Amino acid sequence: MSPLLKNRSALAGLGILAVFAVLALLGPWIVGDPLAFVARPHEPPSTEHWLGTTGQGQDVLAQLVVGTRITLAVAFVTGVLVTMFGALIGTAAAYFGGRIENALSLLTNVFLIMPGLPLAVVIAVYMPAGPVTITIVLVITGWAWNARLLRAQALSLRERDFVMAAIVGGESHLRVIVCEILPNMTSLLVSCFISATIYALGAQVGLEFLGLGDISMVTWGTMLYWASNDAALLTGSWWMFVPTGLCVALVGFALVLINFAVDELSNPRLRAERAWRGRLRREGVRVTASTPVLRKR
Amino acid sequence: MSYVLRRLGFYVVAAWVAVTMNFLLPRMMPGDPATAMMARFEGQVSPEALEALRETFALTDDPLWIQYIQYVRNTFAGDLGISVAFFPAPVTDVIGTGLMWTCVLAGSALVISFTLGTILGVISAWRRDSPWWGRMLPPALALLGAFPYFWLAMLALWLFGFTLGWFPLRHAYGDAYDPGWNLPFLVSATKHAILPAATIVLATLGNWLLRMRNNMISVLGEDYIALARAKGLADHRILIHYAARNAVLPSVTGFGMALGFVVSGSLLTEIIFAYPGQGYLLIQAVRTQDFALMQGLFLAITFAVLAANWIVDVLYMWLDPRTRSSRS
Repeated sequence: MSPLLKNRSALAGLGILAVFAVLALLGPWIVGDPLAFVARPHEPPSTEHWLGTTGQGQDVLAQLVVGTRITLAVAFVTGVLVTMFGALIGTAAAYFGGRIENALSLLTNVFLIMPGLPLAVVIAVYMPAGPVTITIVLVITGWAWNARLLRAQALSLRERDFVMAAIVGGESHLRVIVCEILPNMTSLLVSCFISATIYALGAQVGLEFLGLGDISMVTWGTMLYWASNDAALLTGSWWMFVPTGLCVALVGFALVLINFAVDELSNPRLRAERAWRGRLRREGVRVTASTPVLRKR
Repeated sequence: MSYVLRRLGFYVVAAWVAVTMNFLLPRMMPGDPATAMMARFEGQVSPEALEALRETFALTDDPLWIQYIQYVRNTFAGDLGISVAFFPAPVTDVIGTGLMWTCVLAGSALVISFTLGTILGVISAWRRDSPWWGRMLPPALALLGAFPYFWLAMLALWLFGFTLGWFPLRHAYGDAYDPGWNLPFLVSATKHAILPAATIVLATLGNWLLRMRNNMISVLGEDYIALARAKGLADHRILIHYAARNAVLPSVTGFGMALGFVVSGSLLTEIIFAYPGQGYLLIQAVRTQDFALMQGLFLAITFAVLAANWIVDVLYMWLDPRTRSSRS
């Protein structure tokens, strides 16, 4: 964690996330009732309502703040579940090999290739609308990518001596996978979790925008749904959708920044190159295609 | 050729899974699916809709396997049932009207974004020390990629459509034109496609750039690049023939997989622009709870993505000589 805090992009990402986390936790106490009728519909931003009002005369800022909680909760819970599910299938495929691997890989590839949104719609429409349904649907449509990535990593770990030793030592399959293989790919798991959360955030907002969420709840997705339903574009009420999208993008961007940093820290090639370039810059040497020789001071 | 045939076999399996899921999903509801749906929508589904649904999905009292055979037979005969939203048109006809528009829009946006992103990725990896190419461009595009596609579309439509009036607001071509191979129609169709296509390109560009950039950086560290340099080859030759050609391979594999994702995003973009493709049909289906149309769309889009993937495989074989020799 401490090298992560020294990295500038990681620090920026964590900072943005912290702000939104505070909003998610304390939001409902900071602002008023997001569904209350407070002013005339489609009011532009003013000193009284900083982000204007919706087509139903509700305060946009209040909705944005209150909506943070469910939106982020669904994104992070989905991220965790997708990573867990992907890790389990991926490592199981790599660990057992043979027919089990073939079957699991086939399943993974089939789910990878199927277009997510139409599949999500077909599943979601048969279930009661709400955040739980959205989470389940996103896990079903999103696990395969991680399973594939983690399988490749687990395949190489599978042949290591310490895994062999654990198997020979008579450890159970589950214990070898959970206690020997998974802890050795922590950095990959972290980066998978971050990508899965980014995916979950975007896909969740997309599904809710389509009207597949619980439209009586306040989330960023349903806000966009109502913005489009209340003709935000036709009336030129940009304040109904611009801040919401910016928040989605900010959270996504913060996660991307952290992912960059994790990538850099866990990829020895990038890390070595960064160190080398830093050294060259300190010595005042211009970086070119040829390798300069430096005298040790 | 065996590589392409093996991939074809995989797509057949994937198509079968899609068809089977389509069959099983309505049946996984507790109790009788039709009644359950009736209960869920509290009578909002009309009797015709229920009847159409039962007929399409072979929801009869026969044993499950007979229903399944009946269903698969219907599907392959092109009978996906009657659409409720566009009653009484068959689902196949409804989907047929929109398929071309989606293929053109998503296809051209995808090709432009992939090509542009890959080229920018090569440049950004090659000049990764320059402040603009190396340090500004990748995070800037990553930020753009973090916006939901459809939100970018809303913004673009509001800014360039409503406020500035540069582009038409909705639909795929002007009402005054006859669809066909005539110049005025094509011009009108292009004008309508620019804004939606541009938002898709903008949203996906960063992904291709970063992928290519990472591949390039790792390929540029390989020994054979050092050897090529030592031989004194020109920079552009190393860049294109030695580095880029090898670095593009994982991107091409990723292309097939990203296809489903991009198509999903472009469906939402279509909805914003009221572009008469599959996305527009999808939202009609969701709004009117047209299950038959939804399931038909899922099948049609999946099949289109599978076909596109197969084309990518053939391309890949051409790019990577190793796949051409049949491996054991």
